[in-house]
Amino acid sequence: MKTYLLPSIKLTLILIVLTAGIYPLAIAGIGKFTPGKGDGETITYKDRVVGYANIGQKFTKDEYFWGRPSAVDYNAAGSGGSNKGPSNPDYLKQVEGRIDDFMKHNPGVTRSQIPAELVTASGSGLDPDISPAGAKVQVARVAKARGLSVDALNKLVDEHTEQPLLGMFGPAKVNVLKLNVALDELK
Amino acid sequence: MNTELTGVIFTYLLTLAIAIPLGRYIAKVFKGEKTWLDFMAPLDRLIFRFSGIDPKREMNWKQHLLALLTINSVWLIYAFVCLMAQGHLPLNPDGNPGQSADTAFNTAISFLVNCNLQHYSGESGATYFTQHFVFMFLHFVSAATGIAALVVVFRAMKDKVTDKLGNFWEYFVKSITRILLPFSFVIAVIFAFNGMTTSYAGKDTFISMQGDTVHVSRGPVAALVAIKHLGTNGGGWFGANSAHPIENPNYLTNTVELVAQVAIPIALVFALGFYLNKKKFSYVIFGVMTLGMLMLLIPTMNAELNGNPAIAKMGISQPTGAMEGKEVRFGPANSAYWSIMTTIISTGSVNSMHDSAMPVSGTMMMLGMMINCFYGGCGVGFLNFYIFIIVAVFISGLMVGRTPEFLGRKIEAREMKIASLIALLHPFIILVGLAISSYYVVNVAGADWAVKPSAWLNNPGTHGFSEMLYEYTSSAANNGSGFEGLGDGNIFWNYTTGIVMILGRFLPIIGPLAIAGLLANKKYIPESAGTLKSDTSTFGVMIFAVIVIIAALSFFPALALGPIAEHFSLK
Repeated sequence: MKTYLLPSIKLTLILIVLTAGIYPLAIAGIGKFTPGKGDGETITYKDRVVGYANIGQKFTKDEYFWGRPSAVDYNAAGSGGSNKGPSNPDYLKQVEGRIDDFMKHNPGVTRSQIPAELVTASGSGLDPDISPAGAKVQVARVAKARGLSVDALNKLVDEHTEQPLLGMFGPAKVNVLKLNVALDELK
Repeated sequence: MNTELTGVIFTYLLTLAIAIPLGRYIAKVFKGEKTWLDFMAPLDRLIFRFSGIDPKREMNWKQHLLALLTINSVWLIYAFVCLMAQGHLPLNPDGNPGQSADTAFNTAISFLVNCNLQHYSGESGATYFTQHFVFMFLHFVSAATGIAALVVVFRAMKDKVTDKLGNFWEYFVKSITRILLPFSFVIAVIFAFNGMTTSYAGKDTFISMQGDTVHVSRGPVAALVAIKHLGTNGGGWFGANSAHPIENPNYLTNTVELVAQVAIPIALVFALGFYLNKKKFSYVIFGVMTLGMLMLLIPTMNAELNGNPAIAKMGISQPTGAMEGKEVRFGPANSAYWSIMTTIISTGSVNSMHDSAMPVSGTMMMLGMMINCFYGGCGVGFLNFYIFIIVAVFISGLMVGRTPEFLGRKIEAREMKIASLIALLHPFIILVGLAISSYYVVNVAGADWAVKPSAWLNNPGTHGFSEMLYEYTSSAANNGSGFEGLGDGNIFWNYTTGIVMILGRFLPIIGPLAIAGLLANKKYIPESAGTLKSDTSTFGVMIFAVIVIIAALSFFPALALGPIAEHFSLK
């Protein structure tokens, strides 16, 4: 045992220094040269930080585009999904409630126009995005609440639609925070 | 074809394009041939000199095992102490407390065995100190342990009649300095430039557009996430793992994470061919594994892309598929692909919540872990496959009435006993655990633990049963993903899954190493007309049949009660 124990302890010590000390410090050093300087990229509006580009936040007012339902209520100190199974009756009731709420705030919208992501919770609870269809279906409501034209808002959504990676891979999406900041900038 | 599907196909092809040259490189590293990373050699020498190790001393299989188990014991004690004491240790900007004894027991084992089941949430249950000096450190060394054990088996298959199987420390250290560390570095830099945080600043606070005060957990995430995938570990920085927008900010990082976790397991299959100079043999193995992967992947993609029928009935459109527990930036197609990859290769990181996946997908994810050798984890995936090879050789031998031989060595009663025990261990620890936990839910529902058994299950009926089945399957397969609705942060789950994890890790390493060591010592019989050829598609079919019969069918009754029953009730 002694033949192995002492080398084991020494090897452990030197590998701790290498893999848990030097390696992450080097990455932290390189991180200083990235956008956001390794602290995460923030979004500023009127000289005030209003959020992180990648972290979804809660929008409930009619004059903003809404993001997805969140199992952690967009509390970014934690994260998580609902973990509800697809057949759970309580869960299905909850989805039904979200649909009713959405239809109440968006009169004129039919059920088949509502894309699934607007009534289902994301995996992280902090999903910053919705699909382009999920933004378009809210345009009429936001336009009415702000007294803006539907056409102008549709154009704004199109401008803020991020295309798939290289135009070929993955879904198109709209970052809700960036879209809402642009909306306030329209005034 | 839509961009979500092309994304998945591109990701897999990119993985292969990287894995094949990587396999050739890995074979060179362990053959001791020249490679372009030889400038790391002085670092190797420094490590060996500091540790008092002579990397040229040859070991037999028992000495290899002693070295492996000794150093793993050191890590277990070290990790346990650090986790208990983390509240008093430095690098704790968020002021998180130490873990309780049962949580620390579970967490220490979980990271030691490359499982990374997490019964705590990274934001509140760990500190920057433990994230680095326990988790990131164990990410590296547990993956390297698996690779080193596999190289011992490679070596045993190569040489004719020998008990000299190289030096464990050399294999282990080279796995880190020549494979895991340099590649992690490159991956972490890509992550850092794509929005993953790298700084040590701690939580931030801002006022949102609507005027809410929001606290944001951050941390030096990029370095950890790189090795978390490359080493098929899966233990993430945040509770939501790679679904979290800091831990996986966009489709590009998602693709890199996917490629990184699958690359080494596939590369090791090709490394076998390059190492033994039997390329055809590794094509057969790769073929069997890929066929198995596709049989799990296709039904999962189909189920997720079709969406939840219960939500379709409400009149909601699911243009891309089921969205509960999924992120818009990845979409259901990619999340389905990820969930199968992460379960067959024992990573266990998630970019969607498996608990909310369709029942067919849940079945396929669990089957992936029950079989646990379609590509499989770093090193250990092939070790599991090796057991099935031995069983297949034996059965084929009996079928044609010859003494079973594998690569010129006779397989006899002793090897078969070990192989059978290891093959049966996996269903045994899963199903016994499941039986005990089911008993507690029904009969001891009010037991006074942190979470009462009556409140363990986040979903009623068959899906609740699946949550428990998934937890033990994931523990035994050293996977680490979960149906996370399960209330697993209590004494019962911490101790039972801790024991299952440690059995599910070390016995499947000891078994193949012992078999390989015993075989290497036997008389070498040159190939003749009567030899069963191991590099033919017939033999591939035999292995596949053995896997289906032993691994998949032993779980069928449990799967029927859980996800399969749920599937037929979901209309």
